[in-house]
Amino acid sequence: MKKVALNAAGLLVALFAAFPVYWMISTSLKPSDEIFSATPQPVPTHPTLAHYREILTGNLIPGVSFFDFFLNSALVAVSTVVLSGLVALLAATAVARFRFRLRTSFLIMLLVVQMIPLEALVIPLFLMIQRLGLYNTLPSLILTYLGFSLPFAVWMLRGFVAAVPKELEEAAAIDGASRAQTFRRILFPLVAPGLVATSIFSFITAWNELIFALTFINDQGSYTLPVAMTFFFGRDDTNWGPVMAASTLFTLPVIIFFLLVQRRMVSGLVAGAVKG
Amino acid sequence: MTTLTEVPETAAARETPARRRRRVDRLPYLLLLPALVIIGVLLLWPLGQVVAMSFYRLNSVRQLRGDREWPWVGLGNYADILSDPFFLTVLRNTVLFAAANVLLTMILGTLVGLLLNRLGRKMATFVASCVMLAWATPALTGTIVWKWIFDDTSGLVTWLFNALPDGLSSSLFGRSDWTGYGWFNSPLLFFAILTLVVVWHSFPFIAVSVLAGLKSVPSELHEAARVDGASPWRVFWKITFPLLRPVFGILIVLSTIWDFKVFTQQFVLAGGTQDRPTFMLAIYSYAEAFSPPPKYGLGAAIAVILTLILLVVTGFYVRMVLRQEDES
Repeated sequence: MKKVALNAAGLLVALFAAFPVYWMISTSLKPSDEIFSATPQPVPTHPTLAHYREILTGNLIPGVSFFDFFLNSALVAVSTVVLSGLVALLAATAVARFRFRLRTSFLIMLLVVQMIPLEALVIPLFLMIQRLGLYNTLPSLILTYLGFSLPFAVWMLRGFVAAVPKELEEAAAIDGASRAQTFRRILFPLVAPGLVATSIFSFITAWNELIFALTFINDQGSYTLPVAMTFFFGRDDTNWGPVMAASTLFTLPVIIFFLLVQRRMVSGLVAGAVKG
Repeated sequence: MTTLTEVPETAAARETPARRRRRVDRLPYLLLLPALVIIGVLLLWPLGQVVAMSFYRLNSVRQLRGDREWPWVGLGNYADILSDPFFLTVLRNTVLFAAANVLLTMILGTLVGLLLNRLGRKMATFVASCVMLAWATPALTGTIVWKWIFDDTSGLVTWLFNALPDGLSSSLFGRSDWTGYGWFNSPLLFFAILTLVVVWHSFPFIAVSVLAGLKSVPSELHEAARVDGASPWRVFWKITFPLLRPVFGILIVLSTIWDFKVFTQQFVLAGGTQDRPTFMLAIYSYAEAFSPPPKYGLGAAIAVILTLILLVVTGFYVRMVLRQEDES
């Protein structure tokens, strides 16, 4: 009896959590008359890819298609990932492998800057982007997201670097490897899985971001996907079929990446609070 | 030569102590340099800049580009904001919204965490996977889907209310035909839906963290209490909660910080920055600065006020994390 009640509660939670995602995908596969019918269909009775075809082949503005926005977003996110991963790896090595005077101060600063409300930085960063002449360019976003993703990336990578046994590096050094060689041949391959996990977080940060992309980009051809979605699909008399198809295409990569790394996220955020 | 970690005995013997110290000391700073520059230029400098900008009257992009001068107004922007009764509305919206959302997210998240801990293996995996989906969904698309669910013609909620027996619907809400009902038109209803969206996005993190915490508590404690006949309510408050107090502390602080600066969900749900009665600090600052006519200085001052509030909360967070790093 008690078990039944628990399982029922579990199903209810699962339904609440997963339903919007299901409804998004399901709607995207329904023909328009099913979407706008008086009685909602729980599953698409005549599944169709028409909405996907519409957004992928049609142009939202002359010469610019959904795919171009997808590319803009991917370019920004991948550049952010590469730059942030590289810089974070160096910093994480410093923090995990050396004891130096400013180490604790740096760690505290990492924690504190992660708490800066990024929403409060829109105005000063807008000023900086204007001054640098980067307004309306994708690099303005790459630069911004690099700053946003870096603190968490260092914080997370630090754990991965610390987990690599020092003895391996010491052994390599005794065998005559230089510092650069040790870094490249020993540390880097061993930290690579951690680097992948960290990269995924930076990717999601950059991929999902809306406010700054909304503010720094004025030229419609340079819109990232989130801006394009609010601009083209956020209007009245919304045509939900294509909107849900676009939302699905935007969401799927994030969900896949996210599920790959979610464990790290919890341990990173509640650092030290949970002892395993 | 030397390793990345420490100078081994053999290598050390070949170097003078002075050289050795210099070598060991410089490398970590070199490795840190790029990160320090980026954090400094892209996070700390703008943080200082937003404070500076709040002291000027900045009403055109040409001032930002440096083509026109910046008239100094001192605390003028702050005086304008604080003397405007609208600021009180915004502040009240922000605080009440954050309080309600932190409370609801914590309660729901904790309950789900406790539930996951009690479920059978297969069921727990299934429920946890579904919960992950809500967590992973980007704020943007999650909100768009909820907007579709509350669509005033073909949305699921509109259909549900239409499906209620007309008599019941009329006596409860005073209307039986819900088609065309603007779910987002009254501020209270708007905030209720926004709360639903934000709680839906944020309870999974709480649930998973609480679950992780529960796994670290020896199950013998719970069993002993249950054998002694303690009710689940008592077990939670007398055993679980005290043991997980540090986890709860951090979760509450993180939730507070996140819920104070909700932006994307509100922006998408309201369809932009026109819905002034539902403004909260983050969107208020943005709208003042970027909706024409632009008032960058005023927006900056609001951003500073938001930052100051969060600074206090952050202080608690850093203290907690540091205390736990010390303990472990």
